Amino acid sequence: MKIEDKLFLDRFKVDEESHLKIIDSQKCMKDCPEQPCLYLCPANVYRLEQDHISVNYEGRFPRGGYGISHKFG
Amino acid sequence: MKESFDVAIVGAGPAGISAACILADSGVKAIVLERGEYPGAKNMSGGVLYGHNLAQILPDYTERNCPIERNIVESRIWYLSKEGGYSIGYRDNIFTTDRKYNAFTVGRAKFDRWFAEQASKKGALIVPSTTVVDLLRDDKGSVIGVVTSREDGEVRAKVTLLANGINSPLAASTSYRAEPKPEEVALAVKEAVELPTELIEQRFGVSSGDGVTIEILGEITGGMDGVAVIYTNRDTLSLSIGANLADLAASKLKPYELIESFKQHPMVAPLIAEGQPREYIAHWLPEGGYDAMPNLYGDGYLIAGDSAMLFNALHREGNNLAMASGKMAAEAIIEALNKGDCSRNGLAGYGERLAESFVIKDMKKYRNFGRFRYQHKEIYNQLPRLASFAAREMLTVNGIGKKQKQKLIMQEIRSKTSLFKLIRLLWRGWRSVK
Repeated sequence: MKIEDKLFLDRFKVDEESHLKIIDSQKCMKDCPEQPCLYLCPANVYRLEQDHISVNYEGRFPRGGYGISHKFG
Repeated sequence: MKESFDVAIVGAGPAGISAACILADSGVKAIVLERGEYPGAKNMSGGVLYGHNLAQILPDYTERNCPIERNIVESRIWYLSKEGGYSIGYRDNIFTTDRKYNAFTVGRAKFDRWFAEQASKKGALIVPSTTVVDLLRDDKGSVIGVVTSREDGEVRAKVTLLANGINSPLAASTSYRAEPKPEEVALAVKEAVELPTELIEQRFGVSSGDGVTIEILGEITGGMDGVAVIYTNRDTLSLSIGANLADLAASKLKPYELIESFKQHPMVAPLIAEGQPREYIAHWLPEGGYDAMPNLYGDGYLIAGDSAMLFNALHREGNNLAMASGKMAAEAIIEALNKGDCSRNGLAGYGERLAESFVIKDMKKYRNFGRFRYQHKEIYNQLPRLASFAAREMLTVNGIGKKQKQKLIMQEIRSKTSLFKLIRLLWRGWRSVK
């Protein structure tokens, strides 16, 4: 079962504004070699694009942010 | 909402609602603020509760139609390699008679909602869809209420009880608790798989309404410090797997891939065959133990439940530590209100109650258990492999004598580890939980 299908099981009530924000994109690309947000997020919200990490907002859980990634950097 | 209360409770989970019930019983004016659109909306569904702790809050919980999924009559432990594994279990008839509802499964979304309704019937005010974004403090730094996300959202209270779980943006922004370090939390994902009620009872060999829990260790967590569980609910099975966050970050294994391979394990797949996945949820578990606990109370506030890192990983006890600490917090608050002293001093009854109870005693007993598991990854890779190898060889009938087989097994064990290391591991493991 793919993660997209798993998330489809959950009832979504998407807020108008994302609670997940990347404050400093440069930091993700330069100061965080491991980029654990790409692996740890159970909803696979963070995707690596060419020059930044994007937040795939509607894919996330409707239950609080896992604002953890910066701690690994 | 510029109103004032005796007590403001942040979070309508087991800790917050337990406190609200006890406070309302004594006629204390309490408000419970919940960020989910209803209590339980943000909780991981499917968990085990204990009748003893619930009865301390609501002695008549069965008459109040507590939404129990299944009464647990058997607990199993599995130790798995990739290909197979060991299973031991214990079932006792006493859990269907004299000690019925010693342990039972609930869906947290349903249970929390019901639990909050009981508090509300007793007179507590429950306000969902309301996020607490800050704490109000006087010029001396004492907490005198909270700021919510609503317009004019200040709520003044003589005491504030922080019962808002481990993953708390409020804790991060106000630092009433240090942000947990990656190795102090586990990240777990859970899936609910729907099956016909009778099929669940057939597959687990239980009578109608009875259920089984399975706790699982071994190679399923990909060499990471972690655990998986299977809980039986009325018409779903809760499958959950989690691992230490620092291990997950280092391994680059994705949580949802972990649960997919767990579901395909030969011991798991037949139990969920033909089932329909219904829910997928993720949650943090506070596994830092005794040494990661914050100051549990201060001037004008207390912390209870997951938020206070009260969690017993070995005995899967989080909900009941939350309930017990919520109850003790409420009792200490009542004491403080009667004395008219809501300072750290006035609330000290909370610390005393916790210290005398099983809550802190258990936290101390297992304070080194987390570190032991984290430092001995062989529990999750090498040992289950060797254990499976031994059983597989002994059980295979192929014309080789048993003595010869024993020799082969010992050779394999010695080539991978040593007897000394095994004994040392057992010794350290024992020491960490004794």
